[in-house]
Amino acid sequence: MNSFLTRYSSTSPDADIRKAKELYGEDEEVSEMMWGSAGGFGNLAKGVPSFKIPAVADPSSFLRMHTDDHADPSCRIKIKHGTTTLAFRYKGGVIVAVDSRATAGSYVASGTVKKVIEINPYLLGTMAGGAADCQYWETYLGIQCRLHELRNRERISVAAASKYLSNLVYSYKGMGLSMGTMICGWDKTGPAIFYVDSDGSRLKGDLFSVGSGSTFAYGVLDQGYKWDLTDEEAHELGRRSIYAAGHRDAFSGNTVNLYHVQQDGWKFIGNYDVSELHYNGPGDNVPGAPGGGYGYDIRVEGRSSSNAPA
Amino acid sequence: MDISFALTGKGYVIVAADTTAARSIVKMKVDEDKIKVLSPHLLMAFSGEPGDTVQFAEYIERNIRLYQIRNTYALRPPSAASWIRRALADSLRSRRPYSVNLLVGGYDTSTHTPHLYWVDYLGTMSEVPFAAHGYGAYFALSLLDRYHDPEASLEDGLATLRRCLDEVAKRLVVTPEKYKVKVVDKDGVREVEI
Repeated sequence: MNSFLTRYSSTSPDADIRKAKELYGEDEEVSEMMWGSAGGFGNLAKGVPSFKIPAVADPSSFLRMHTDDHADPSCRIKIKHGTTTLAFRYKGGVIVAVDSRATAGSYVASGTVKKVIEINPYLLGTMAGGAADCQYWETYLGIQCRLHELRNRERISVAAASKYLSNLVYSYKGMGLSMGTMICGWDKTGPAIFYVDSDGSRLKGDLFSVGSGSTFAYGVLDQGYKWDLTDEEAHELGRRSIYAAGHRDAFSGNTVNLYHVQQDGWKFIGNYDVSELHYNGPGDNVPGAPGGGYGYDIRVEGRSSSNAPA
Repeated sequence: MDISFALTGKGYVIVAADTTAARSIVKMKVDEDKIKVLSPHLLMAFSGEPGDTVQFAEYIERNIRLYQIRNTYALRPPSAASWIRRALADSLRSRRPYSVNLLVGGYDTSTHTPHLYWVDYLGTMSEVPFAAHGYGAYFALSLLDRYHDPEASLEDGLATLRRCLDEVAKRLVVTPEKYKVKVVDKDGVREVEI
């Protein structure tokens, strides 16, 4: 927060140095420590792009005042929240599955949100938290990843891409950004998933679920997960887990979007309506699916716990 | 913070509850039994406001027993659950209501059918094939939607319960270390180790 303010204020010591540099025509903003390393993250030396922030003393409390719909249901700005997203690594690559519901308070604002952001043909980002924040910054990340390719003649690693995002959101810490995302992809090291959130956490792992419905997704996902899943089983597990969250969590649902990342980049597997999955399942002859609807009542129809003697 | 689960299977109900009694951040006791045996074929797991829970459970226990003494026969599970729900609903409308959530499981010996009722402190009652109270519900319900089988053998039912406990142990930040598990079927009530 402090470093951010000093960077952009016009009265701090930093600003004085900046003015002095302009006078003497020095390389702007590149410190001694950056020497010899501008190739890799030259753009970082200049910091993230300058942003208009509200001209008030404390931007984050200003934002909170106008968006916190728990304290004030009549507030003017309602941020879109509520989601279930998941990603897991297995033998055959990475599976990414998300729901498609956007809610603003108790209102379902949209049922057709694309919560998987296609950063480039090898990288996917997921969207949980503020829809605008995720969409904007992950698209921005895509731009930076392309510039990395052009500068270095090689694709950016998943670790580097996720760290770029993590550093970026960390520089805005305390200013009201809200995002919980998984950066998924395939690089030199193979399949990789990183969880990045607006607190500044960045975690490498095999299996993550993020959002209000994540506990419900974890319940199904953890119990069905193993490294040696076949591709069909993995698709089914991703789809079934998001369905579970769509069914149990009021803030998740509508449809499931399923992606599969392999060595040659990501592939969109399909879009599945949650109600359709509940009553009829993913469709006829889908490999890996048990056949029939996922819904409990549909699955156990005609079965009874009674053990009356016949 | 209490966690309880229950599920039905072919001719039985399994009821499980954690055994910790906590106050603030301190565990006061680690072998507390939070499942009351109300009658030869009726179990009740209770959780909620400390103090209210045991008071309410004992009140129910004695009244169910009184009914049995007066009438020779115990109430069947649907009737018992209805009476318990009514006791909570009346309490809710009193000056100081009981804040207690319940899972009532029983085996009806005359229809050979297991019954499970989910009851919350507001007096909501619902007959269900499986149920959970507390944070465990967030992890277990989706899992039970997927794995519960109304015709499962006791062994398979306990395996499904094991999945719930494992999932909670894996994902919940503060995990209970022990659970008490009781089963009710045609032979009555018994405790099982898990």
